Parts: sequence; C-alpha cells; structure tokens
Amino acid sequence: MPYRLLRFALNKKYAEPPMFTEPSKLKKSYDVVIIGGGGHGLAAAYYLARDHGITNVAVIEKNYIGSGGTGRNTAIVRSNYLTAEGVNFYDKSVKLFLDLSTEFNLNLFYSERGHFTLAHTDSALRTMRWRAEVNKHMGVESVLVDRAFIKEIIPEIDLDCRHNMPVMGALYHPPGAIARHDAVAWGYGRGANMRGVEIHQNTTVTGIEVKNNKVVGVKTNKGLIQTNRILSAVAGYTPSITKMVGLRTPIVIHPLQACVTEPMKPWLNAIVVSASFHLYISQSSRGELVMGASLDPYELHSTRSTLDFAEGLSGHTLELFPFLSECKILRQWAGLSDMTPDFSPIMGKTCVEGFYIDAGWGTWGFKATPASGKTMAFTVANDQNHEIIQPFNLSRFEQYELVGEKGAASVGH
Amino acid sequence: MSERLDKRQGEWIDRSRSIHFQFEGDDYTGFHGDTISSALWANGVHILGRSFKYHRPRGIFGFDDIDCNAMMESGSTTNIRADLTLIEEGMSVKAVNTLGSLKKDRLRFLDYFSAFTPVGFYYKAFHTPKRLFPFYENQIRKIAGLGKIDAQTPMKTVIKDYGFCDILIIGAGPAGLSAAIEAAASGANIIIIDQTPHPGGTLSYRYKNKGPAIDLLNQLLEKVKACNNIKLQLSTLASGYYADHWVCLTNKERMTKLRAQSVIVASGCYEQPAVFHNNDLPGIMLASGALRLINHYAVKPFQHVVILAANADGYRCALDFHEVGIHVVALVDLRREGEQSELDKQVKGLGITVYRGHFIYEAIAGKMKASVQGVVLRNLDTDIPVNKESEIKLNCDGIAMSVGWTPADGILRQGSTRMEYDTRLEQFLPIECVKGIFAAGRVNGVYALKDQLEDGCCAGAEATALIGLTKPGNNKRPPKEESPQSHPYPISDHPRGKNFIDLDEDVQVKDIVNSVKEGFDSAELLKRYSTLGMGPSQGKHANLLALRILAHLRGETMRGKQITTARPFTSPISMGHLAGRIFTPLRRTALHHRHKALNAKFMYAGDWLRPEYYMTDGLSRNQCIETEVQNVRNRIGIVDQGTLGKIEINGPDVVTLLEKVYTGRFAKLKIGMTRYGLMCDESGVIIDDGVISRLADDRYYISTTSSGSAAVYQTLQRLVIEWGLEVILVNTTSTYCAMNLAGPHARKVLQPLTDVNLDPDAFPYLGIREGIVANVPARLSRVGFVGELGYEIHLPADGAITAWDAIMTAGQTHGICPFGVEAQRMLRLEKGHIIVSQDTDGLTLPFEAGMKWAVKMDKPFFIGQRSLKIIENKQRERILVGFIFPKNYLSPKPKECNLVVKNGEIKGRITSVGFSPTMGQLIGLAYTAPEDSDVGSTLSIKLDDGSLVEAKVVKIPFYDPKNLRQKING
Repeated sequence: MPYRLLRFALNKKYAEPPMFTEPSKLKKSYDVVIIGGGGHGLAAAYYLARDHGITNVAVIEKNYIGSGGTGRNTAIVRSNYLTAEGVNFYDKSVKLFLDLSTEFNLNLFYSERGHFTLAHTDSALRTMRWRAEVNKHMGVESVLVDRAFIKEIIPEIDLDCRHNMPVMGALYHPPGAIARHDAVAWGYGRGANMRGVEIHQNTTVTGIEVKNNKVVGVKTNKGLIQTNRILSAVAGYTPSITKMVGLRTPIVIHPLQACVTEPMKPWLNAIVVSASFHLYISQSSRGELVMGASLDPYELHSTRSTLDFAEGLSGHTLELFPFLSECKILRQWAGLSDMTPDFSPIMGKTCVEGFYIDAGWGTWGFKATPASGKTMAFTVANDQNHEIIQPFNLSRFEQYELVGEKGAASVGH
Repeated sequence: MSERLDKRQGEWIDRSRSIHFQFEGDDYTGFHGDTISSALWANGVHILGRSFKYHRPRGIFGFDDIDCNAMMESGSTTNIRADLTLIEEGMSVKAVNTLGSLKKDRLRFLDYFSAFTPVGFYYKAFHTPKRLFPFYENQIRKIAGLGKIDAQTPMKTVIKDYGFCDILIIGAGPAGLSAAIEAAASGANIIIIDQTPHPGGTLSYRYKNKGPAIDLLNQLLEKVKACNNIKLQLSTLASGYYADHWVCLTNKERMTKLRAQSVIVASGCYEQPAVFHNNDLPGIMLASGALRLINHYAVKPFQHVVILAANADGYRCALDFHEVGIHVVALVDLRREGEQSELDKQVKGLGITVYRGHFIYEAIAGKMKASVQGVVLRNLDTDIPVNKESEIKLNCDGIAMSVGWTPADGILRQGSTRMEYDTRLEQFLPIECVKGIFAAGRVNGVYALKDQLEDGCCAGAEATALIGLTKPGNNKRPPKEESPQSHPYPISDHPRGKNFIDLDEDVQVKDIVNSVKEGFDSAELLKRYSTLGMGPSQGKHANLLALRILAHLRGETMRGKQITTARPFTSPISMGHLAGRIFTPLRRTALHHRHKALNAKFMYAGDWLRPEYYMTDGLSRNQCIETEVQNVRNRIGIVDQGTLGKIEINGPDVVTLLEKVYTGRFAKLKIGMTRYGLMCDESGVIIDDGVISRLADDRYYISTTSSGSAAVYQTLQRLVIEWGLEVILVNTTSTYCAMNLAGPHARKVLQPLTDVNLDPDAFPYLGIREGIVANVPARLSRVGFVGELGYEIHLPADGAITAWDAIMTAGQTHGICPFGVEAQRMLRLEKGHIIVSQDTDGLTLPFEAGMKWAVKMDKPFFIGQRSLKIIENKQRERILVGFIFPKNYLSPKPKECNLVVKNGEIKGRITSVGFSPTMGQLIGLAYTAPEDSDVGSTLSIKLDDGSLVEAKVVKIPFYDPKNLRQKING
C-alpha cells in the first residue's frame, strides 16, 4: 500500500490541498494571455512559469479546463509518424510524457501498451514500411511485423476479419501508450497554478485588440485585459480567434467521434488501429473499450453524435473481435478537429506581433500536449520559434513547405 | 423461502409456466415473465451483486434500469442487467466482478479499506517508483472492470431495419397512450413504444389503492387496439435520438432506425434516492421499485418496512404496502409540515406512525452488510442529538424511499431540449423543445393522473397539427404540478460515510465534498474526477443528487444549474445491434470467376478483389510473376482492368471542364484519339491520372486510377456545379468491364474477333475506336502502360465473359496467358511509368515525379497551376529517379519504402522496386535529392536491417527507351 494512501487513511482532516485555486477577478494586465484552457494551453502556461519564470499569466477558458479536445480524444500517445519533422516532434512529446506523473506527483496512468497499425492491403503495408523505416532512422522504436507476431500479442484477434480484408501485417510501435487524458490537463493546470498562473474558467474571449500590427489586449465577457503576448491554443475554435486578429489559416473543422463500452475485465493490452476499417481501439484501466473512427466526412462546427458512426464502428470492431457482439456501447461523443492540408500542426509566431498560434491539431493533439506546451512556452518567452516547431510555421502554406503527415494520421483520411 | 404474493391484478408473470434457472451455481425456479432479479427476490435471494469499488452486497434498488446493482454474466454474455432481463429455461448466471463467489467474494475486504481509497486515489499513488507502475496498473485493471469476456463467444448480430412514421411516442403510460389515441383520430401513422414488456407505465403499478388503475389502462388499451394506425411496440427502447427525428429503437431481436415526422416523449420519471449511511444495503429500495416488484411480479420486497417520504407518493406506498401484508413500521417524512392531504389521515388510520421533520441518519446493517436490520432516525431540527437517546431506532428489514423524481429526459436532452431546474417543483423541466418534439406527462412536470391524460391529449393534437394533419387547435396544456414532488436536499452526512450518491461507482458524499475541495467544483469536472455518473447507468440515479451537493457546497441555489451533457445511448446497446449483419462492400470484377478458375491469387485493392498473379503448381510467387511478365514481352498477355474508374463526360462544356481539371491540353484532341491526363489538387500535388479519350466533339470518355475513381467522380460532379458547366457525368466504373490485351501478338489475336480495322494506319497508337469484340459492343484503345503493342478493351460488364472467352480461345495458339497486378506493376516499372499513390505521396509535385511533360503551364488555368507557378521557381527538394542494381546483385533485396540516405539524413525512399525479368536485374524508382539525381549518380539505400547498399541512377525507361515496341506491326 503506497505511503501516500496511508496518509489519507490516518489523517483525520482531508489531506489534499486544492488542485486549482479559484482566481478572483481578472487583473488589468498580464504578461501573457493564453486563450484556451485545454492540455496545450495549460502546458504552455506550466512551462512558461517553470522554465521561463513568466508567471503573470492568465489562461482564459470559455468552458471548464480540458473541455475541448483534451477530454474528448481517445488518449493515445505515439510517435510513429511519417516525416522526420513529425517524428522528431512527437518523440519529444513521448519522452516528456514518460516523466510527467512523477513531475506532477499525479498519476496520469501513462501506460505503455504497444501500438499496432494493421495493414489490410499491400499499399497500406507499403506505407507502414515507410513509417517504420523513417522511425527507425530517427531512433524511434517501430517495426513492421507479420500476422504471427500480431496473433501472439493479441491472441483474441481475428486476423482474417471474417474473410473481409484479412490483415497482412502491422506497424508495431512498442512505446505506444494510453493515458488518463483529463488528468494531463489537471496536472499542467495544477503545476501552473501553483506557480502563480491564473486559470479563468467560464470566461469567453470576445475580441483581440491589435494596434500597429501588435496585439495590445484581449476583450472578454468579464472585462478587458492588457497584454502584449497572446497564445491561441483553442484547436477547433481557432478560426474564430484568428479572425479577431485578421489572420487566415487553411484550417477546416471536421467532427471526430468516439465511444466507450461498458467496463469489462482486462483482455486487450495493446492499442489496435486499422486504417482500412477506420477504427482504433484500446482498453482503459477501468476496463472500458475506448474506440474511435475516422473524421466525419463533412465540415461541421458541432459536437453532435451520429448513429452512422456507432454502426460502422461496431461492424468493424466485430470484424476484428467477433466475440464482442454482445458487449454494449455505453456512451458516444464527438469533438472538433482542426484539420490542416498536410495533417501537421500550425505552431509558432505569426505575422501579427505578439500573437502566437498553436493550432491545426486535427486528430493528433493529445499526444502532442507536452511537446507543444514546452515549445510554445519557449516561443512565447523568447519571441522566437523553437527549433523543432520551425517546420510547422503558419507561413509554410504560403511558401509551399508542407510537412506531409497524411499517411500517418491515425486512421484513413 | 417464497416471497411470492397471491395473484395481483394485471401481473406480468404467467404462473402456469415455471422456469428453472441457475444463479451462482444454485438452482431456482421462477415464472415465465419474471426478470432474473424478481425471480431471485421471490426465492428469498437478496444479494444480487457486489458493488464496483468496495464490493458491498447489493440487491434490487431502483428496478428501473437506473442502477446496475444486479449485473450478471453467463460465460458467453457479460454485463447482463438482471433487473430487466427475463429468465429463460436452463439459464445460468452469476454476478460479475466477484472473486470466488458472490457470497464469499474475496474482495469484500475492500469495504474496510475505503479510508485508503479516497476519491481519485489512483491519481495520488502508484506512480512512484516508476518501475512499479506497470505492476500496480495490472492489479488495478484486474480489480476494475465488470464482467468477464470470453473470446470464444460466437458472433451474434441482429437484424437492422428502417422505420417511418408520422408520430413516434416514447412511453406507453397514461400520457403516451392518450397522446396516441388523440393523434390517431387524424389518421396519422403512429408508433408507440415502451421499454417494458407490458404497457401502462405508472398505471400498471401505481394508483392501485386509488381507484380503477388497471380498468383505466384496459380502457386506454382497448381504444389503442381499435385504431389500426397505432402500432404498439413493447420491450423496445428508444436508445438514441439523432438530428431530424432519427431515432434508434432497439429490442432483443432488432434495431430499427426510425425517421418520424414528430416525436412525443412521454417517458415519465426516474425515482431518485435519498442519501444516508448504508443507503445501499439489500432491502433498501426506491418506493417505485418496491411497487413494481409487488404489482408486476407479485413479489414481496420486504416484511417490515420503514418508508422515507418527501411527497404524497410515499403515503400512497404505505397504503399499498399495507394492503399486501407488509408491516409498515413507520413513515418518516422529511417535510416538517408533513403531508397535508387526506393521505396523512389514511396512513395514520392504519396505525402507522408518521415522523414528520425526521430523516434517516443511518440504516443498521445485518451480518456481512447483506441486509437491513433497522434504521436510526433523527430530527431535522435538532440534527445532531446531544445524546443517543434522542435518536429513534426502529427495526425493519426494508426501507422504501419516496423522496423525489427526475424526468427520464435522455431522449429530450439528446434532442437539444432546453431543460431548466424548476425551483417550485424541485426538478428539471423541459422549457423549450426543438420543432417536432413534444414532452407530455410526468417528464413534462405533470403529475396528477387526470392532467397526465390531458397533457398527452394536447401533445397528440399539437403533433398532428405540426405535421399538417389537423388544424392547430387552441387546446391548452394542463398546469404543471404545483407542489414539489421532490425534496430539495434528501442527503444526510455521516461520520462513517458510506452514504452513496452513485451506486454504480461507489461514490459517497465525502467523495463529492473532497473533489470540490480539490478544485473540481463544476458538474463536468466533478464527473471526470470522481467518476460520478460514468458507470453503466450513466448517473440516472446520481447526477441530480451530485448537483444538489455541488450547489450546497458552493452556497448556491439550484437555479440555472445544469447536469452534464446527455449523449446517446439512453441505455447501453450491444455492438451486435449496431453492427447488424455487417454489410461490408466487396467488389468483384465481371471476370472474377474466370480468374478463380484460372487459379488466381487474389489481393485487395480498396474494396476490389484483383488477381495478384495466377498460381502455377511448382512455381513460386516470384516465378509465376516473372513468367507472366515474359509472356507479355514475348507473346501475349491479358489483364483485367475492370477496376479502373470509367466516366462518360458529355455536354457542350466538356472541354472547359477537362482543361480546368487536368494539367494537359484536350481542346484540340482529335476525335478518335486519346491522351494521358494528370490531375493535381490546389497545391499542385498529383492526385490522379488516367486516359482521356475523345469520342465526339462533345463526348469524352475518361479513365481514372482504381483507388481514385470515387473521389475523381465526386470532385468532377462538385466542380460542374461550382463552375455552372453544362456537362453530364456518368460513372460507368461498374457497368463497363475493361481488359488490356498486350504483347507482340495482340493484333493477330484480336483482329479476327472485331470489326474494327486494326491496321496501324487505320488505328494508330493512342487511337480509340468503337466496334464489336466477339459480338459485344466495345471501345478499343491503343495505350502503352505495359509498353507493348496493346489494346485496352472496354465493354459492357455483362459481355465481359463472352469477350474474354473468345480472346482466350483465339489467343491459345499464340500462347496467351492472363497476367495479374504484380506482373503489370513490373511491366510498367520496366517502362518507367509511375503509379499514382505508389510512386507519389501526399506532397508529390509533377516536377518531382518526372511528369513535367504532362503539365502545360501556359494554359489559362488548371487546378494547381497557381501553386505550381510559384513552386516552379523554387529549389526542388527531391526528384524521382530510376535506379538499378548490378546484374550480379541478388540479396539482401531492397524493399519499397526503404530509405535513401546521405550523411545520415533522409533524402527519399524507394517507391517501386523489383527484379526485372526482361533486364535481368533489380530495377526501381526512388526519390532522392536533386543533386544526386543525375544519371550515373550513386544512391545509398538503407535496408530493413539498417545496412546500406548502393544503387546506380539510370535513365528511364529501363526498357525500350524509344517506345518502339508499342508501335510494332505484330
């Protein structure tokens, strides 16, 4: 029994201090205003305070912390991307994730499960090999494996998929992990808060004041804030914020849906992804199967659920795991994905002075949380793009320097 | 011990049919119609499950699909809800999540260790030292989870169908039934559903003592039956509501996706529990659950009961309990003023003591917490007594709670209904429904039976008016209930805790208090931190209580408070239901069975099945492919190209369209000729290619890649509309078959079968002709993908076999053999032709892939042109080149997607590679840095195992560089 729990049992008074203090009113000005209290915004706040000593920071969240993509994703962390730039960046994230629980003294249930991306066609197999080769070259553990290997790790799987598109092999990425996603936001929130960052929930940004191409303030429903540096970390709401400073991005918003089953005893350790079947599936520590599909095929700024999604996903799940037919789906939900043309994020400085952007997180935002926080904090603190996010600058779209990650986005887009 | 009562009027069991089943290995008997829970309770079994976290014994609680105390598994099926599932002969079930047996669950000690497991305890521990986390996680995973899954269980799916109706009514209680009857008069086509196997809602178990409930129900049902346009579907759940009245209905056998013009929600209310120490002991029930046990299943829930009430319903219960011989020990009323109606007198008249202004401080547990032995009452005003004597202690074996309701509003909320907390009624009420959704009855805050009937009537009339079957009348909805039916705070604190809010997740009052202390002080954060409402019943009995505590802790009222977002499903449904029979599209070409007969090895290409190669006994895969390649080069081969996208494009603006979407020029393409077409996206990236053929001035026929056919067709359709062009597109991908006859003997074989003159002067290279092949109307075109004299033959799919057979017969003497995808890939590789999506990727530009010749930058416009103009002047990052390995190099064989590296940096990758039978060496295409792309340069290729090998850049095509072969006079 860990000592900390013993302390709880023996302490007459409740031993835990609050994770977040409720800030009083908004101050007149801050050194940095971060729009968006999701994982990314809070992580940036944390590293600004911890690494750069900038603590006069307000995080403005229109709902509650972690209410956007942070709490809606399927909590998968991996770095088996396709481009050198991507692998470099996500690998940094994976490495940061490994130590977060200790750093926060908050168990994020970061659980390395091994990540399989199944290939059902020879063209998929080719892409998997490409990824494996790039990963290996960059020092990321990633390997193309055959059917026997998959079957050994996941004996329950039907690799013949009920005679529909049999699995031919897979990209296996041992460091692939899942984590308790909400807790990542809480951990960063607490760490930032402890160091003096204010988190203002239920506060909506209504406008940004720009003078001479420089940001000077943020208008909110709770008053005006003066600041020279604004970080926008609002994922699916990016277009409405960039509009306030007159920036254009090529982001389009698509819904992305997911669901969980009722809890069951553990049987699935690995994370299984099939692009052909538009499916990813893992089992949470609580025993629920957490499942997601590909993007909804239309642009829509709404988190509505569709029945189509649950039907298609169930069908494909049963093709791989037919014995789950009586297992029940408990809850389905949707999130907003801010998609970019090259399936890579948009990060860094912009042509508006003092306006920093962290967006274009599509379906790959959660796993990037630590690296994005760290590099954006650096960028904001030094007014200079961090080296590893340089390829993700907004200007790449004008300069035709895209970072093509389409082949490595979770499932068939 | 049998707890079965004498026959109840309208009971749901058939006493003439006994059913035998097993629970935890013991035999039991129930009646047809019993649920697992009711049958067990009738047999005196009160422990039906163990709780999730503390493994406390649990029994029947709400008996209304609002808790999961009684979750069972049968080996093949897991997480069976015993409250709802009917017993079947021979059924054998046990409780989920126990170690050993239910009674002697070895994890029951966890209840005594709850002090070590405060809310969110797993966030606070187990992460240090880091190396131990996997061990801890493993243990936690084993303890968490509910039922076991058996990977040997065969797949069971149900039928899915579509339904349509004018009005869907959810709930066959008084409001729903009267809505149906009212609406039926308009002629509307109505479906009324109820989750239970019998209709009536509250009429089937309430009001027993108040008058002719069953009689009224029967009258309503008579009227329903008399209407041919009402369909009553029982045991059917409205699982989810989606946009535009798209409702998912499920029952045991099927899932129906129903589109209604209008939806009336008359789903009633869920009773809500009170919170006190040990409020989860078996024997403690919601009053409505006890009434259902009595009146539906004729089962006595307890012998001696204390009723905790905060509304008139509690008093009515007392009368009902008394009537069936249950000893009502006392009625404890949370209200200081007690019940003001006649009911008070009636209850007291039976000799029942009523304690006004009292609450249950704790329930006294029996041995092993398996039963209730009594209650401790306290006075609300003195609250904490100075000495124990001011406490009232009563003996009982059951507690019935009647302290309030919450609307069963899952469907309403999913349908974006605005729900607001009503401080007079102390519950949520629908304030504004979206168009076409109506709420009626208790879910709408209308409680009096007479008013419920009227409310239903009004909803029925409103629905028929909305869909235009009747004129809008001026019927007025009855008033909402005036007096509160729910207690605003039926929660008592206790130093020893175990006063449960969420029974699914074992969340106690202090867990909420501590969560809030830790900063999780909004409904959503509280849910995520404490897991409140995240269990299988999704907070149906917990969310409102938690919200009350949250408001209380923050010193706020309930006004304006909202519970967490409601999402499908209202109650979980199986993947077998959602999947249905799993119709997966699989496409076979018209020649599929011919390939099969020829021993083809098939491969998947998108949804298509294509011959990868044709197997020959004694030959390896590679040998088969090499033979097929050589046969095309030396004699004649035929390949099925039915998977190519094939689109007919007609109309006056067809040239405009083609000029804008393809990078080449097509305005001056002569009739009867074809030309290669390359398609880019807005950023100049190659997305598809194909052959564009001109059949007449305004008639074109184009082919696309197999994988791109759907996307190209969609894109063209969109552009035609966007650009306002007069063009008709017909997707003939499946209606036409295509095959390519290639090899030096192609002309000789084909000429006898066709009326088209194949003479090279009459039918030159890149020409297209229409005629017949083996009496099947066909289009022949001379294209050169594989680099030999060849004819691509497109014909109606139903004539494909006739033509194929004729060609195969005619070709026999010339050595014809079919060839598959792999041979075709090698043949085109020898010619240096790219395959879009294999030799290109999501960023490939025409300049990089050696396709500059196909891009006419001086055209006025094509998609991607603007981008390409900008990029044209920039430094190239990579170039696609041909490479060869020395003839004597055999292994290790490089593979597609092995990297091209230089000084440790990735410069590109192999996109195509293979042993060329024609050249007698390994050849391939690869991207590399522009500075290394000159003929004669050396490529350094990193193999799977990390070793480096060298290849030489050569000019492409590798084979027949002057393109003489496809023009020969064979």
